[in-house]
Amino acid sequence: MNDIVTVGTTTPTELKGLGIPDEKLKSILRKMVLARRFEEKVEELYLKMALITGPCHLYLGMEAIAAGAAEALTVDDYVLATYRGHGHAVTRDAPLDKVFAELMGRVDGTCKGLGGSMHAATWTEKKLMLATAIVGSNIPIAAGMGLAVKKKGLDAVVVAYFGDGAVNSGSFNEGVNLAAVWKVPAIFVCENNQYAMSLPEARGVASKSIAERAAAYDIPTFVADGNDPVSVYRAMKEARGICRRGDGPCFIEARTYRMKGHGIYDKADYRPSDEVREWAGKDPIAMFSKLLVDQKVLSEKEYGDMRSTIDNEIEAAVKKARASPYPEFSTLQGMVYPE
Amino acid sequence: MRELTYLEALNEALSSAMERSNDVFLLGEDIGAYGGAFGVTKGLLQEFGADRVIDTPISEAAIVGAALGASLLGMKPVAEIMYMDFLPISMDQLVTHAAKLYYMSGGQLKAGLVLRTQYSLGRAHGAQHSEFLPAWFLQAPGLKVVAPSTPHDAKGLLNASLKEKGPVLFVECAMLYKSKGDVPEGYYEVPLGKADVKRQGGDMTIVAISRMVPEALAAAERLAEKGIDAEVIDPRTIQPLDRKTIIDSVSKTGRLLIASDDMKTGGVGAEIAATVFEEAFDRLKAPLSRVCSPDLPIPFASPLEKEYMPSSEKVEKAALELAKW
Ligand SMILES: Cc1ncc(C[n+]2csc(CCOP(=O)(O)OP(=O)(O)O)c2C)c(N)n1
Repeated sequence: MNDIVTVGTTTPTELKGLGIPDEKLKSILRKMVLARRFEEKVEELYLKMALITGPCHLYLGMEAIAAGAAEALTVDDYVLATYRGHGHAVTRDAPLDKVFAELMGRVDGTCKGLGGSMHAATWTEKKLMLATAIVGSNIPIAAGMGLAVKKKGLDAVVVAYFGDGAVNSGSFNEGVNLAAVWKVPAIFVCENNQYAMSLPEARGVASKSIAERAAAYDIPTFVADGNDPVSVYRAMKEARGICRRGDGPCFIEARTYRMKGHGIYDKADYRPSDEVREWAGKDPIAMFSKLLVDQKVLSEKEYGDMRSTIDNEIEAAVKKARASPYPEFSTLQGMVYPE
Repeated sequence: MRELTYLEALNEALSSAMERSNDVFLLGEDIGAYGGAFGVTKGLLQEFGADRVIDTPISEAAIVGAALGASLLGMKPVAEIMYMDFLPISMDQLVTHAAKLYYMSGGQLKAGLVLRTQYSLGRAHGAQHSEFLPAWFLQAPGLKVVAPSTPHDAKGLLNASLKEKGPVLFVECAMLYKSKGDVPEGYYEVPLGKADVKRQGGDMTIVAISRMVPEALAAAERLAEKGIDAEVIDPRTIQPLDRKTIIDSVSKTGRLLIASDDMKTGGVGAEIAATVFEEAFDRLKAPLSRVCSPDLPIPFASPLEKEYMPSSEKVEKAALELAKW
């Protein structure tokens, strides 16, 4: 079995020694805030304005993973998301107005309004290759995409995101095994928010840890702090390097917590309140912004400006999305078979 | 009589079955404390405990396989697959194993499991969370397929399904969960394979499935005002299909309209149409008519989904055309 490498939580004294440029750190923070503000807006558009309908799963609280990972990837890398994919879309620079439009089912959406919230993180221009609503199903797909990357000799890796619940699907086991046998450049990222809908990890996963299960396929496995974007960034950098050397695939388990329910209407009362409180005290954005301000990577003023710029971007994007019409039913027939 | 919702009727059938027999147990995702994604199993964990209301991981193949395994030792598992769209993941266990075991074992093995699922068409759930796929299971001899349309039938059909010795796929409809109707308090069964004439009429036969039953009934009321008297038949079970009731009705009316949420090509309606053509061609006064979903993945945006879906209005329109013959 491969060793499991733990990439610890970044300490204040450590930060500068890591050699990560300030611009990179600021960009990570910006992406986290963007993902947060995006979802807060989605909640408002859904619950207060009914502009978004259908199932909707928010990324609130998990921003450190998508943002940290995104900064460790290149524009050529491929990303496969899930129904909880808005955070992946916006940290991967998918146009905000298009993601909003998709959530509203509008023709200018990332999927022309045909996918909805669960598929909004599909935007092939940014190599967001698909967002699936079937738990675990993107894992074998990543194996095949990795095979194609290898065969074509592309300078890229394939990253598949999924939750702790997905590791109990047959697809996880079949997909990771295949990728390992083929040694393809795929990085499997388990965003372990500790719940699969209402099922806590401990009642769904028999292995001691999810990382151990992955390591059993004899692939390099990392455990990162899912509430610390630098920890995730470092794990992802490392994993990407291994993949590019031809030694992939790799696995990253990032432990985090979703701030709210599984879907927008889930009150999540199956979670113990002290646990919810404990994790609320570990808000990844509050912690990371404090770290950066304390370490003088950016000033309070710069952080404030960053947030208001993002707010403005969001407002403008919503306005644009709302102006987009629904697709015409008559066009759907032409969408079924590719030309 | 009391009124219950479709959802409450199902919950009652499950809870009383669990009371009657210790062999009955439930398994599926989020069916415990959460009460099931739609609330059908609400309260059952508190009543019967975690040994009999078992929350499973997201492992559809294992859920159905495990239910099958337990059934072979004479237990009566009721497995829940959250959305019908996730059934294909367990297709091997359900179709290649459960459905055929009795036959292949020369009658030695009996897979008496009930597999409950639902379809969410009409709720903006998108193309991977809305599908109604009954026809996929018509080519699995040994598997019975049930699709109730009323609270009364939901309870009675579930009771009857629980008595079956072979596997039953029990397909609920999310749009019907809140619909209300009379439900007797005590135990009763609605037999599998027996259609129900939900409305008598002499001018045309409308065979409607699941959600389309109330839609067809509403259409029939409007048609009556226009002087067209439609008979509405709810097969209730899709496999076995009560061909006789349909043929008898068509023999009387001479006209057939089929209304179902599944797709037109290769759908349940195609099977019903072929049956009527085979057995009652000489009694048809008009070409038959089908109101189903177009051969498209389900669009997400609500206005498009609405256009996509079969509806009472579409049934009425097709019926008016049919009546012209
Ligand atoms: C194959 C399949 N089974 C069940 C579901 C219903 N479902 C959607 S998300 C979910 C929980 C997934 O949990 P996890 O993988 O931990 O990801 P998270 O939602 O926590 O990000 C379930 C049960 C589904 N979409 N697909």
